[in-house]
Amino acid sequence: MTDDTLLSIRDYNIVYETERPVHAVRDVNLKLQRGEILGLAGESGCGKTTLAYGINRLLRPPAVIRTGSAILHDKGGYDIDINALKVKELREYRWDKVSMVFQGAMNALNPVISIEKQLGDIFSTHRPQMSKADRREESAGLLDLIGVGRDRLRSFPHELSGGMRQRVMIAMALALKPQLMIMDEPTTALDVLVQRDILQEISELRSQFGFSVIFITHDLPLLLEISDRIAVMLQGEIVELGTAERIFRRPDHVYTERLLQSFPSLTGERGGFIRSGNDETRTKDEAIV
Amino acid sequence: MSTLEFRNVSKEYRVRGASKLKAVDDVSFSLEPGKTIALVGQSGSGKSTIAKMLVQLERPTSGEILLDGKPVPRFGRGLRDYRRHVQMVFQDPFASLNPFHPVEHHLERPLLLHKRSTRANLDAEIEQLLTRVQLTPASEMRSRKPHELSGGQRQRVAIARALAPKPSVLIADEPVSMLDVSIRLGVLNLLGDLQREENLGVLYITHDLATARHFSDEIMVLYKGVVVESGPADDVILNPQHDYTKRLRDASPNPESQFATP
Repeated sequence: MTDDTLLSIRDYNIVYETERPVHAVRDVNLKLQRGEILGLAGESGCGKTTLAYGINRLLRPPAVIRTGSAILHDKGGYDIDINALKVKELREYRWDKVSMVFQGAMNALNPVISIEKQLGDIFSTHRPQMSKADRREESAGLLDLIGVGRDRLRSFPHELSGGMRQRVMIAMALALKPQLMIMDEPTTALDVLVQRDILQEISELRSQFGFSVIFITHDLPLLLEISDRIAVMLQGEIVELGTAERIFRRPDHVYTERLLQSFPSLTGERGGFIRSGNDETRTKDEAIV
Repeated sequence: MSTLEFRNVSKEYRVRGASKLKAVDDVSFSLEPGKTIALVGQSGSGKSTIAKMLVQLERPTSGEILLDGKPVPRFGRGLRDYRRHVQMVFQDPFASLNPFHPVEHHLERPLLLHKRSTRANLDAEIEQLLTRVQLTPASEMRSRKPHELSGGQRQRVAIARALAPKPSVLIADEPVSMLDVSIRLGVLNLLGDLQREENLGVLYITHDLATARHFSDEIMVLYKGVVVESGPADDVILNPQHDYTKRLRDASPNPESQFATP
């Protein structure tokens, strides 16, 4: 992997230095390709979100990046050592290079500020030279792009449905055309039809703009469908990394197999599971200990 | 054991500015002992309104709810008796338990209220309920506070609480959607086992078609308050007739069909 690597994470360790230190991310090594959708799977508390925060340098004490490096290979041809960024450089890095759709994004909008103002904030912070009219035009364009429509510019968050608010959050993450978008459970609270629309949107936008996505969720069937590769995390470690198809067909790690077996199959044999459990010996209850 | 029947039930809400919103429109079904019906549909389709009417948190605008052929009493002892027969497990186990009280309090209340236990017998009854939902050792779990339990354990407490009055019908409103994937199946399997042992009628409300098919005998598909399709679980999922059911099914992640090509 040479030119087309976007992000290299090496020997990454994050520890919450509390009374009893918690080793939340353990020796993570990861290379993300340009334009790739990487699924990050695992159950609550496995370190998925902590890792994402690390890449964004959003960790606060007691969380500390103990060792390791995260390098962003900018498309401009230079490398950014994320851990070494100072305050001013961080401002240029965050959102411009890497943006994030936060968990529970539906409730992340400020309820007393209009959508236009909230989108405009991004531009006035990161593109101070932009005129007011340009900011409005850019914001309107973004709303059109993600299918909310520019006529919602003046709306307040409570006037939009959950799905629309989610789209607005995605629009925000797209605003500066970042090279990497981290999406932390972006569709978990939505119903299947809205979820499907938004996923379609994401993959279309990806082919249009060529950004990479780290998609965090515990919904493995969903990841299998949208990801190029999937990383499975368990207690802070990436225990398995492979293409979606390989993970589906031949999971190496017992834990991956167990995860797959905790999803009933939609159209397969009744009583069957996603990983249609060829080993009959394993009973349902054992599969989900 | 009793049969719960929903006969031509509608529910309208008055919306400010607009005219009326018909949340549930002429819905009929009957929930027999030992049968699980899954109620599926997207947000706002009326699923939870139906559940609320079943446990009498809302009253139908028109139509009837019958338990063993008798209409539901509106108040007093009759209503309490109805509630004893029809119990509910709520979606969010983080909100449905009182954070100030230990586990045993949540089981003690329904046991005494519905006269399922004498004070003398209470301890034994509580531990038996906890054992039934696999919260063991029961003698230790009973004194825990909700914040000392995981999401899955809390939902087991909620299930034990619903079982306390020995109901004949259990309404489970998205009982696992707030839980971690790796423990969802355990909770659903528990519900399935209890349903068989107690011969309960279960209404399983969800938008996850895969588990709906897995754990139910029948599926009812709700769209804008109307039941657009219902039938045996396999028929509805594998051979959907209504367009909306097809859309729901096609929108659900299904890696098996994706990687089906050899």
